[in-house]
Amino acid sequence: MEAFLFYIFAIVTAGLSLLVILQPNAVGAAMSLVGAFFGIAALFVLMQAHFVAVMQILLYAGAIMVFFIFVVMMLNLEPKQLRWRTITGSRLIGGSAAIYLLGLLLVALLERRPVGAGASAVWGGEPVEGTVEAVGELLLSQYIVPFEVTSITLLVAIIGAVTMGKREL
Amino acid sequence: MLVDILKPLVVVFVVLNFIPLLIWFERKGSAYIQDRRGPNRAAILGIRLGGMLHNLADVVKLLTKEDIVPTRAHRFFYFIAPMIAMFVATVTIGVIPFAAPLAIGERSFTFQVADLNAGLLYVLAMGSLGVYGVMLAGWAANNNYTMLGGLRASAQMISYEVAMGLAVVALLLSAGTVNLTAIVEAQRGPLWAWYGFTQPLALVLFCTALLAETNRNPFDLPEGESELVAGYHTEYSSMKFALFFMAEYAHIVVGACLITALFAGGWHIPWIDWAYVRQQLELFVRPTLVGFGVCSMLVGGLLCRRFLRRYSTARYGDLRDYESLVFGIGGLLAGIGVLGAAALLPDDLSIAPFTRDLLVALAQISVFLTKVVFFCWCFIWVRWTLPRFRYDQLMRLGWKVMVPLALANIAVTAAIVALG
Repeated sequence: MEAFLFYIFAIVTAGLSLLVILQPNAVGAAMSLVGAFFGIAALFVLMQAHFVAVMQILLYAGAIMVFFIFVVMMLNLEPKQLRWRTITGSRLIGGSAAIYLLGLLLVALLERRPVGAGASAVWGGEPVEGTVEAVGELLLSQYIVPFEVTSITLLVAIIGAVTMGKREL
Repeated sequence: MLVDILKPLVVVFVVLNFIPLLIWFERKGSAYIQDRRGPNRAAILGIRLGGMLHNLADVVKLLTKEDIVPTRAHRFFYFIAPMIAMFVATVTIGVIPFAAPLAIGERSFTFQVADLNAGLLYVLAMGSLGVYGVMLAGWAANNNYTMLGGLRASAQMISYEVAMGLAVVALLLSAGTVNLTAIVEAQRGPLWAWYGFTQPLALVLFCTALLAETNRNPFDLPEGESELVAGYHTEYSSMKFALFFMAEYAHIVVGACLITALFAGGWHIPWIDWAYVRQQLELFVRPTLVGFGVCSMLVGGLLCRRFLRRYSTARYGDLRDYESLVFGIGGLLAGIGVLGAAALLPDDLSIAPFTRDLLVALAQISVFLTKVVFFCWCFIWVRWTLPRFRYDQLMRLGWKVMVPLALANIAVTAAIVALG
């Protein structure tokens, strides 16, 4: 049953992710991304990570994508026809980064990893149930430094965005 | 298994049946508040049920109306937007606990669809999706008015979601959990155990944000008719419009359920312990029956008096005149019947344990739903009392008043929790 559900959600997620880049319509692409986030949240639920699943929907689908669509609607972009583009400097860098990421993922996928009982030895630490209490305790004890660094990075990003967007404060 | 399938159906059925009740509340309430006549025409064989039957006329009208789709609309999103609105409004009800969990043998039966560990976060997550229906409706119809309505709605909902989330954080700090059943259970005891009394600021902020989320007056700028025709649903007709309309009321019901569970003690009555009620249930049967009987006779008597007064002065001249007489005599007879049953009740009454559990659960559900009806009425009350905000006032209230207040509330609550 679980494997069956996994394949359904995996196919839906992959299909919607493909639609994100193949859709000529900007709002359509953004909505496909929202759908893909729901698929990922369902996969998290299958892994008993309820907290992460809810956060995925609350933050990505409920907050970030709303802003995306808000901006897309404000700009009122016309659907553009897909066409071949020439290779320039910045696109070369972007493309190489994408290929590098793909290679990394492929290496990770192809490498055999123990699953189940032996997995905890490789990943380090016992798997915990994804409840709010468990995740919160881990975040505020073992992983407090990365957690706080992330929040400071976000703060810096917000201040940077405000200073760039608003010339006179 | 069967229970798992039935539970969502029953819960959605309850929400959908609240909608006609709320529309009736809205019409009657607005009529009383603004001193004008409410729905008083639609009748079947002279029975109007105080205007309740007007909803049936609405349904027939909306179902048979022509469904117009603008030629330049984006058809897929145009069709899916009302569905998203309705889906998001009803799906939150899944984690609301209507009564205390019931232990049947080994297993425990919960009166909610899913007892999620992250219950409250689920509510916030689903609430944050509500903006999609409105936004897509505004964009897909390809009309400047709907577009402006959609943009306004999304800006407003994003702004007030922040305040709503922060208001709830203070409540979580004092409850120490995000599980809704646990939050309700923590409010057992005296009246001041309700979070509405220990966290009054959070209650006010939460209710205000909820009003903004449901797009109702004083926050109904997305459909401000003086500026935007009808806002994001200008181009919708027939049942698609009705879905938006129903979604608004479903949102009110769910919001009232949330206020009840989070701030008003859920299924608890102040100072009354349900465990004691369950133990001494026999003592409560007769007073409850007498109460029902007296109320029924009172309502019946008032209706009969109304018939007698109306018959001589203000007559319609058709079957409608006799409606209050029929219901009044019915109420009187039902009251006498219930009082007779109370008198005939044997003194050495004993109730089987299972029936006992069931009766207590029923009483808890009634208490919960009574509170929900009261808060629903508050939504309507606010709508017909307050004028609409201006857009800059709305944004200033959201970001410069509510968010700082919510943050201060969190700081104070955290300090008290840490010290106490």
